[in-house]
Amino acid sequence: MVVFENISKSFGNNVVIQNLSLNIKRGQFAVLIGPSGCGKTTSLRMINRLIEPTMGTILVDDQDISKVNPVDLRRQIGYVIQQIGLFPNMTIEQNIEVVPKLLGWPKEKRRERVRELLEMVGMNPLQYCNRYPSELSGGQQQRVGVLRALAVSPPLLLMDEPFGALDPITRETLQDEIKKLQTDLGITIVFVTHDIDEAVKLADVIILMKDGKIVQAAPPEELLSNPAGDFVREFIGKKRLHVNYDVDLVREIMNSKIFTVTKSKGFAESIALMRQRNVDSLIVTDDDGRLEGVIPVEALRDVAGKKMINTIGELEPAKVPTINLNAQAREAFDTILSEKLPYLIVVDSKNRVRGLVTKTSLVKALAGVVWGENADDE
Amino acid sequence: MLIADWSEIIERILVHFQISVTGVALATIVGMVIGIALTRFPKIATPALSIIEVFQTIPSLAMLSILLIFLGLGNNTAIMAIFFYSLLPIVRNTHAGILSVDPALLDAGRGMGMNSLQVLFKVEIPNAIPVIVSGLRISLITAYGIVTISVLVGGGGLGRFVYRGIQMQNMGVMLTGAIPIAAMAFLTDLLLNALEKRLTKHSRPRLTA
Repeated sequence: MVVFENISKSFGNNVVIQNLSLNIKRGQFAVLIGPSGCGKTTSLRMINRLIEPTMGTILVDDQDISKVNPVDLRRQIGYVIQQIGLFPNMTIEQNIEVVPKLLGWPKEKRRERVRELLEMVGMNPLQYCNRYPSELSGGQQQRVGVLRALAVSPPLLLMDEPFGALDPITRETLQDEIKKLQTDLGITIVFVTHDIDEAVKLADVIILMKDGKIVQAAPPEELLSNPAGDFVREFIGKKRLHVNYDVDLVREIMNSKIFTVTKSKGFAESIALMRQRNVDSLIVTDDDGRLEGVIPVEALRDVAGKKMINTIGELEPAKVPTINLNAQAREAFDTILSEKLPYLIVVDSKNRVRGLVTKTSLVKALAGVVWGENADDE
Repeated sequence: MLIADWSEIIERILVHFQISVTGVALATIVGMVIGIALTRFPKIATPALSIIEVFQTIPSLAMLSILLIFLGLGNNTAIMAIFFYSLLPIVRNTHAGILSVDPALLDAGRGMGMNSLQVLFKVEIPNAIPVIVSGLRISLITAYGIVTISVLVGGGGLGRFVYRGIQMQNMGVMLTGAIPIAAMAFLTDLLLNALEKRLTKHSRPRLTA
């Protein structure tokens, strides 16, 4: 859909883009990202000829754009900017129908299209058509900005940090909306941002740039799991690398150094061991390590004075919830939190005790997500 | 005491207004073109504005006398004088107004596929209008004053009453001219101010619920 062939751009002696080649496929959500001055916005603005490259060829839809009239080209490409740029002297309706009007659509068709677009993003046309941009919140304004760009159903949409000036909550909502629009309409989007979280969330392919060159162009998962070099690692930020919440399994977060007893273990010895290990429950297993149940310290105290007990096997262990070690970590979190359990015993498919997930494990796993340390390193 | 009959007062008011508006209208057409042109050639903008400013420094009686040489007695001399005086506020405000249009709007307009004329007429001028109107207001009010003294070069506005009143040492006659002039200036200021406010209404940021 958009192909850069050896594009260079300099302003005077200042080289902004150096021999850049790039291929964005139809229907892709491509995100250009990089530190300021890396040439991402310049690259974007070359696609609709707001900036002309010094050297090289850009193809849009297999057509060399230097041979297309820039005004005609721009009318076929949607364009959304950070400052929104709605015309303050025009109503919402007039703003949205700017390009249809330039293309000479009849009045009825324009009206209908404006209503259709507003409804698409859940804005009531009756309520909004005749209002002015200044009467809308920033989020609503940029929604209209996006609709205005989509008015003539362009197959390609250019977005230059469109959500950069919005508050975080509105930004999230609009990100979800644009991703959905892009999927539903099957359009190609070239999106500039400096926010890696936004890039990871939206992109099919992230094009990371530095000093006018592409450092790495890859799908977000690949960029995160296989960053090409220190700059990429640095830019992504350590905390985002290798983190994939859903893939974390119980076995990765459990504490495997646990203390269990068999039924044949002596009563007094068990109590002594509990004190020594500073635990408040006995996890009882059979000789093959299969879980029998748990005896809390209160139960031991209750029986201790009443009758003579020789081995643990004489007591009835309580049944407790367990979780398979290959289950999702999230499931363990949910169970512990919803059932208000102090811990959850981890078993394998043969019901053998393999570890323990405690509230401490949860905190460590979360800390790992936040600070990028491996939670079961200790 | 009958100072003047009503029909003459009305007629003088209309002539006064007509001369002023004609001069300002001419200046608006020429001034807007110059003002817009200067935004396209920023290098000559400052020298050009100072040249236009020279007209303003000429005392109005002197200006009228100079023009009298070329245009003779009558309203045309007054119209021409008003034209020169109005030029600066209109050129300057058009120039400033167009330059003050948010660059993001120009970027949006161009990026959506407007050609440069469409950007000018759909984006730049509409958004500069409030500033231009402010220039018009100043010009028109100045014009009323010039028409008044243009009676000395054969102008036919309310200045006739004022001049006649002074010569006759008749306060009543003088006020017959002076009061409508003051009222016109006051009303013009009020109306154009309201228009300006209305035009800027949508560009002012507003609290939204």
